[in-house]
Amino acid sequence: MAKDYIIDIQHLSKSFGGVKVLDDINFYIRKGEFITLLGPSGCGKTTLLRQIAGFIAPDEGKILLEGKDISGIPPYKRPLNTVFQRYALFPHLDVYDNIAFGLKLQKLPADEIQKRVKRMLKMVSMTDYEDRSVDSLSGGQQQRVAIARALVNYPKVLLLDEPLAALDLKMRKDMQLELKEIHRKMGITFIYVTHDQEEALTLSDTIVVLNEGRIQQIGTPTDIYNEPVNCFVADFIGESNILKGRMIRDRRVAFIKHEFDCVDEGFGEDVPVDVVVRPEDIYFTTDPAKCQFTAKVNSCIFKGVHYEMWVDTDSGYELMIQDYDPYAVGSEVMLYIDPDDIQVMHKERTCNVFEGKMVDETHVEMLGAEFECLPQDGFAAGDEVSVEVRFEDVELLDHQEDGKLAGEVHFLLYKGNHYHLTVLTEDGDHIWVDTNDIWDKGDLVGIDIPKKGIKLSKRNG
Amino acid sequence: MMKKVLAKCYLWLLLAMLYAPLLFIAVFSFTESKVLGSWTGFSTKLYQNLFTGGVSGGSALLAAVENTLLIALIAAAFSTVLGTVAAIGIHNLKGRKKQTVQFLNNIPMINPDIITGVSLFLLFVFLGVSQGYATVVLAHITFCTPYVVLSVLPKLSQMNPNIYEAALDLGATPAQALRKVLIPELRPGMISGFILAFTMSLDDFAVTFFTRGTVGLDTLSTYIYTDARKGGLTPELRPLMTIIFLLVLILLVVINIRQDRANKKVKR
Repeated sequence: MAKDYIIDIQHLSKSFGGVKVLDDINFYIRKGEFITLLGPSGCGKTTLLRQIAGFIAPDEGKILLEGKDISGIPPYKRPLNTVFQRYALFPHLDVYDNIAFGLKLQKLPADEIQKRVKRMLKMVSMTDYEDRSVDSLSGGQQQRVAIARALVNYPKVLLLDEPLAALDLKMRKDMQLELKEIHRKMGITFIYVTHDQEEALTLSDTIVVLNEGRIQQIGTPTDIYNEPVNCFVADFIGESNILKGRMIRDRRVAFIKHEFDCVDEGFGEDVPVDVVVRPEDIYFTTDPAKCQFTAKVNSCIFKGVHYEMWVDTDSGYELMIQDYDPYAVGSEVMLYIDPDDIQVMHKERTCNVFEGKMVDETHVEMLGAEFECLPQDGFAAGDEVSVEVRFEDVELLDHQEDGKLAGEVHFLLYKGNHYHLTVLTEDGDHIWVDTNDIWDKGDLVGIDIPKKGIKLSKRNG
Repeated sequence: MMKKVLAKCYLWLLLAMLYAPLLFIAVFSFTESKVLGSWTGFSTKLYQNLFTGGVSGGSALLAAVENTLLIALIAAAFSTVLGTVAAIGIHNLKGRKKQTVQFLNNIPMINPDIITGVSLFLLFVFLGVSQGYATVVLAHITFCTPYVVLSVLPKLSQMNPNIYEAALDLGATPAQALRKVLIPELRPGMISGFILAFTMSLDDFAVTFFTRGTVGLDTLSTYIYTDARKGGLTPELRPLMTIIFLLVLILLVVINIRQDRANKKVKR
């Protein structure tokens, strides 16, 4: 193990009431790094931070601090300090005593405590506030005190749990810069939890993107932004056009019914992929030689720095484009994309695969319900089968009771000309659906699969 | 206009009816008459008797007062500790469990004193505990604790849930976090609970009556009960009751002012 890893997390898992919140988390943190755990609410990022702090014990796995496992050590013996989301200052103590709390417990000499507290107050620009009661401070000031209270102990790692979430936008931007400056001055490792992708991109040396208890991607902000590894990351970080594509051969990819040069290799030939193109990476041109495809401008909105436009391509796809110049709604435009700006991703799956069991020749049981299928030779009642259902063959119905199964729309992705939905059934199974209908996240739907959409194969073993 | 006057009259009438008996006792504590209700001229002799020990019942009355205060102090102190610990435990429970325990905590408060008294009496008999001072104290702690729980719980739910963790995070052991952070935060609730427990204990008759056994232990309430049955109240009880009423009044005012201040602090 390399020497400069301050924290090394190995195979960490945690469940609450049978629900897996964290699933086999592995990553390391370098000394002095500013690392951000980024993900939507409920992705497990706070649970992960609380395990590092010691407030929750992991079910499985280890947390190594400088090579030593600290999983069994109580929080008050860990050389780490936390900045809490809602500050968690002690209301019965004034600013000075709040900051001095940790040092007094260490029984440091009074003059040493005073020196360190004053230094911290200066660092967070709160010098004249030491006698104030914490209730009389604004949110931003309270947060400064909370940061000072944690840093005054010179922890090996500072943990920050969405520390800026409660502040207004302007204040948040200022505090972001200050945090970055404090990090630079103190040289302490920061682990920062947030759901705000912009904040993560601004602050971090490294970002760990989490979703549903799993690490999706680890990388620098530019890596994560420019080369997302899957649709979730591409969608979560920044704006993006996510499209179905096909790798024709190395450095050549087809999507929106056109072929483009790209820089990706090693996917194989004629392989289905997902393609991400950032809206600022689609360029307008007046040169027919450069033009790769044409489109009609559908809408154009001024966003301050740039204009955001939706265009309908000649092949029937909708794309988002950001540009400094506006183009009139209804005008025909010529567009091109640089090979560098096309990010090709492996498809996570190409169809739904369920485990099932034959009831009789024309019925199969799967996902806790019975489905009719076309009669097929060689399958007898009781046979264990594997069932493939294409995304577009799943039918979603307005009312839960109308379907064979009831589910909830869990995640949705616009892919230029259709929506790709993740539907969670009541039993917690995932079903992926391609549809032209518009659904919202959280919609309750009935799920049905017509018999022609069910493809059976024998399960091995 | 007429309506307003009527409403005011009604209010004053109501207050008069509530306070007339107390006022009656207070007024007649300043006369020497043996029989309550006959005025034989202003005198502070009953007060003098009370404090110099020249009471017909003598030392028994003073002993009863002493018992009452001591029992109330001990019971309030113990139930404050027990109730605070219980409140912290209840606060950390979740969902159904929390509701159930809170419900169980409320029952003894609604339960008629006489039933609490009789059931504690039966319990002590069943356990073979000889009844006396100790059983009275135990009984008082039992019925006072729920009141402390009730006054500490709101303080806990107002508290930022992370401050205990923040203390641990800064290097405090759980015991230090309790002492340096949790208790200072809960102190107002604990003090209110203590005062409430103290007055509940002071006031109790039924439970004391059933748990004091036959060793001749008397608190003020049982003393007055026995005294009244012997034929007529000892006149010195009148100034004593007046004093107790004033003390309780002062306690109540203190509680109200504290709550007022706490509310203002939250608003700011």
